[in-house]
Amino acid sequence: MKWILLVVALGALLMLGACGKKKQPPPPPPPPAPPAPTASIAVDPNTIQAGGSASLTWQTSNATDVSIDGIGAVQPNGSQSVSPTDSTTYHLVAKGAGGTQEATARLTVTQAPPPPPPTANVTDQDLFNQNVKDVYFDYDKSDIRGDQQTSVQADAQFFTQHTNMNFTIEGHCDERGSTEYNLALGDQRASAVKSALTTLGISASRIKTISYGKEKPFCTESNEACWQQNRRGHFVYQK
Amino acid sequence: MLLYPKFLLRRMDEADRSISRRRPISFHGLAQTLVLIGICCFLSSALLAQDWVKTGTSLGVEKVRLAVPDFKPGTSDPQNTALLKTFNDTLWNDLDVSGVVELVSKSFYPLQVPGQPPEVNFMAWNAPPPNAGMLAFGNLGVASGKLTVQGWLYDVKNIQSPQVLGKQYSDTASDAAARVMAHKFADEIIYRLGGGIQGIAETQIYFVSDRTGHKEIWAMDYDGSNQHQITHLGSIALSPRISPDGTRLAFSALTKNGWELLMFSIELNRLVSFPRMGGTNLSPAWSGDGTKIAFASSRGGEPDTEIYVADASGASPRRLTTDRGPDVAPVWNRKTNSQIAFVDGRTGLPQIYTMEVDGTNQQRMTDQGYAVSPNWAPNGQFLAFAWVRRYGPGEPGASDLYLMDIASKQWVQLTHDGGRNDFPCWSPDNRHIVFQSNRSGSLQIWSMLADGTKVQQLTFTGRNSQPNWSWK
Repeated sequence: MKWILLVVALGALLMLGACGKKKQPPPPPPPPAPPAPTASIAVDPNTIQAGGSASLTWQTSNATDVSIDGIGAVQPNGSQSVSPTDSTTYHLVAKGAGGTQEATARLTVTQAPPPPPPTANVTDQDLFNQNVKDVYFDYDKSDIRGDQQTSVQADAQFFTQHTNMNFTIEGHCDERGSTEYNLALGDQRASAVKSALTTLGISASRIKTISYGKEKPFCTESNEACWQQNRRGHFVYQK
Repeated sequence: MLLYPKFLLRRMDEADRSISRRRPISFHGLAQTLVLIGICCFLSSALLAQDWVKTGTSLGVEKVRLAVPDFKPGTSDPQNTALLKTFNDTLWNDLDVSGVVELVSKSFYPLQVPGQPPEVNFMAWNAPPPNAGMLAFGNLGVASGKLTVQGWLYDVKNIQSPQVLGKQYSDTASDAAARVMAHKFADEIIYRLGGGIQGIAETQIYFVSDRTGHKEIWAMDYDGSNQHQITHLGSIALSPRISPDGTRLAFSALTKNGWELLMFSIELNRLVSFPRMGGTNLSPAWSGDGTKIAFASSRGGEPDTEIYVADASGASPRRLTTDRGPDVAPVWNRKTNSQIAFVDGRTGLPQIYTMEVDGTNQQRMTDQGYAVSPNWAPNGQFLAFAWVRRYGPGEPGASDLYLMDIASKQWVQLTHDGGRNDFPCWSPDNRHIVFQSNRSGSLQIWSMLADGTKVQQLTFTGRNSQPNWSWK
């Protein structure tokens, strides 16, 4: 039990000593104050339409903890794309050993004009999109292959029933091969689909064709599944 | 000097090919590595000599050893430093990629380099280590906003009468002016040391770039500098082809009426009128005399594109091909103006064909695979084209560039470095080829000598394709 006494005694001594020190002469002057942080933030453009995006850019220095309201903690310097639905004020807080600095940037979001009132065409368009099937091709081929005949026949039947609808057939190709040859091939594919439909009684005057070659792919991976998606005659409603 | 005396075609035999293919993967360990290095040293010269085309510029004649010490400041203007760097870098690169001289490495140069004729110490240059045959030197100085360059070419082995060339250039001081002066001086040297063929240092390359978000036509100097946008259509512009006199640019663009040929005046800096053909219109090509344009068109409700020839104004288009299958990418033999090479899919995969300009005498040039983008050499002798030679399941399917001798239909492979290489186009001096490749990971424009050496990347921003070299 002696050691407990000893510990208590030592503790008391230490406390006394500590308390005593407070009454000692003032401590040495504190080190110079750390530099105050700086912060700036900007958004470009500062007005966008709803659905658009703007670039938010910020710079800070001497800060250890930087955050932007609504975004959270961020790197001391950086930029990112933002696309808020409503006008937003971005409030940047940079905290450092030398204090806190704030900066704000305002992004005004204007609402897009209201969509035009629905017309009868929208229904037609919906009908078109629900019923008309694209026609898919083999590699480097533009003849309608056996398993696509049902699509072509169903499309022809639909267009026969909806004589008011005109449309464009887009010829598309996969990414392999040359830009120029693929445009020529896409042209041939679009013509092949058009020809199949006119054979089934659809008036050629209702059909426009365009080739996109490999310029507007539906799918951008480099594998056969994706390539097959891109080798097609694609129907687009034209009123 | 005959520059293309013989088209040398030698390919690796299968034994060599298998060794070169095995090289990077089959040997492990230090001992094997040492053996491998030995084999490589022994074989590399033979392999390189065998599988790469030699078009003649380097055959039979040893290239002149040319020393090009940095030009010296001619005045004490503070602008000198930056302009000297531009000038020296541009001049060195022009001479290096020209393919007609062997540049002596700067590490062999004496400490004292000349900026004026009296400062030339012949013994320091014409003996080893530099052992130069020729010395290009001079000075550059800015004085009251005016840049002046003096340059000389000396035959340093001919001490009695060394001067081959002495030139002076002056213009308002600017980085562009320094670049132009370097190009002009380089072309003078190349003209004299390269058998009297005009250099290409002042030529332009037109190309397609998507760096604005849309595919537009752009232009740049032949070395990749000074890249600038030509069209601002906000649609898709493809297949730029500059006219032989450099004043007009024909190209194909997606308009509201489909793919049409458009004509841009380089002089007026705007589109000029060109008739709408109807249907899909692609890949225009100028005849060597600039009076005709060949193109691919499905006008008149054709089921696929055919090759047409029209006047340069677009008037009186005349159809040349009638086969089933897409025809595209015509190019004239600019030497004779009597033949056109083109791509045709009449037998399935596209192949290269040639025909007379009236559509007769159609000849298939490639026998297999996927062959596209023919480009006729200015001398009329070769076709450069892109070829996936073995096509189908289990084949690697790399698209490489090839050269074919028109007369014999013999071919050699120019690129071996993987990736998809396409759209080769010859330089007007017949020594270089510009092309597109995704070998760097993205689609960019590259140039090389026509023997496959001195490969240089020219573009780095966005995706860039379909380069077309100006005719002069």
